[in-house]
Amino acid sequence: MEFQHSQASHCESGVMSAMLRHHGLPISEPMAFGLSSAMSFAYLPIVKINGLPLVAYRMPPKAIIKGLQKPLGLKMRFETFRDPQAGTRRLDELLARGEIVGMQTSVFWLPYMPEDLRFHFNAHNVLAFGRDTASGEYQLSDPVFETPVTCPADALQRARFAKGMLAPKGLLYYATAKPSLPDWAVVIPKALKKTTRIMLDTPLPIIGVRGIRRLANAIERLQPAQAKMFIGQVVRMQEEIGTGGGGFRFIYASFLQEAADLLARPRLNELSEALVDIGDEWREFALSAARMIRDREPLVTPALADKLRLIADHEQTFYRDLRRAA
Amino acid sequence: MLESEVPQEGNVTLGGHRKAVYARGADGKIQIVQSAGWEVEEIVTRQAVDDLNQLAANALQRVASGETSALEYHMHKARMDVPLLSQTSGVWQWRIRRHFQPAVFAGLSTTQLQRYADALGLTVDQLKQAK
Repeated sequence: MEFQHSQASHCESGVMSAMLRHHGLPISEPMAFGLSSAMSFAYLPIVKINGLPLVAYRMPPKAIIKGLQKPLGLKMRFETFRDPQAGTRRLDELLARGEIVGMQTSVFWLPYMPEDLRFHFNAHNVLAFGRDTASGEYQLSDPVFETPVTCPADALQRARFAKGMLAPKGLLYYATAKPSLPDWAVVIPKALKKTTRIMLDTPLPIIGVRGIRRLANAIERLQPAQAKMFIGQVVRMQEEIGTGGGGFRFIYASFLQEAADLLARPRLNELSEALVDIGDEWREFALSAARMIRDREPLVTPALADKLRLIADHEQTFYRDLRRAA
Repeated sequence: MLESEVPQEGNVTLGGHRKAVYARGADGKIQIVQSAGWEVEEIVTRQAVDDLNQLAANALQRVASGETSALEYHMHKARMDVPLLSQTSGVWQWRIRRHFQPAVFAGLSTTQLQRYADALGLTVDQLKQAK
């Protein structure tokens, strides 16, 4: 079967949506994202990126790939390699067999990425679906791009074997058992409940709604010297890193709409509306932060912190309602 | 976010690409919409890139005045820091810092230089010159 590329907003859910479609189960990106309970929030002050703490609006890398196995009866095989050459050989072998292969890469070493977005971020997912025999270049489906791209072999090997935090170690993955259409009435409520558990009940104060409040406190206490870099980093995690806008809140809202149709539960549509409003609040927070970075409005970190606290309150109400609706 | 509110103001950091976001259409359905970019993203991405470029420019000056070696410049140019260069090259951090001394760097063996060059995606000749 010919592989079909389609653009997505997030790399991992986009890769899985394309892979499932290729294996005969057309699942939208929001469905892949929601069904694997990938939405989350984490403020990790100990994990530093260029000296700034990590803020994540979703579950850790590979959560979507792994999380879809059970509900869809899908089996994924994961392989990592110590030797880069072995990793490349294995990729060629799988492609020759006609597999489409997911890979974890570092965006910094991917030459087709725009220069300004090439940071040392190691958890970018792309699919390989062929190799040009004449030029030796790989044909890649990078979900965040509008069209398929090509990548020279040495660059791809470098990207797959980049070092540092979340080092991919050449990770590749492919399906070994065909997915099947699930019983939506079972798998969707389960996925919804899991998301509410993560956001409301995680016993760590840095995860979920409590994590948002924790971040608000940290922003309030910032010294003026580091404040701009810190809030800039938060906004980048929220908007730049393929989140579909509003830190994945809009993708999840789209998933709730699909769920409402599949389960014939209009209540989920109402919750979807509520989440769109919350996503808009995240966007307003980002706008305000960016204006402060550019000195278009005075840098007042307590004001940003208050915005976050308000978002935290709204999210808390939202997840409680979602729990009842699930 | 409504489909009509999806920012199309352009973002130079996207290099002409359009990214996909989710927004609510006129029929109320949330769907994927292409965005030419949002100024907010451009501001924060530029901020991060400028910060990295600043580090490289600063190192370049110090190479010229003999305060540091070309290695530090190339490290920043590759958007790395000492811990990442250490993991990528397999050289201990304290040794890397020592190799920032111009005199020590000048005396490095070709093997050692090759390790740094590989880690930074350069040739040894490129590594020796800061430009």
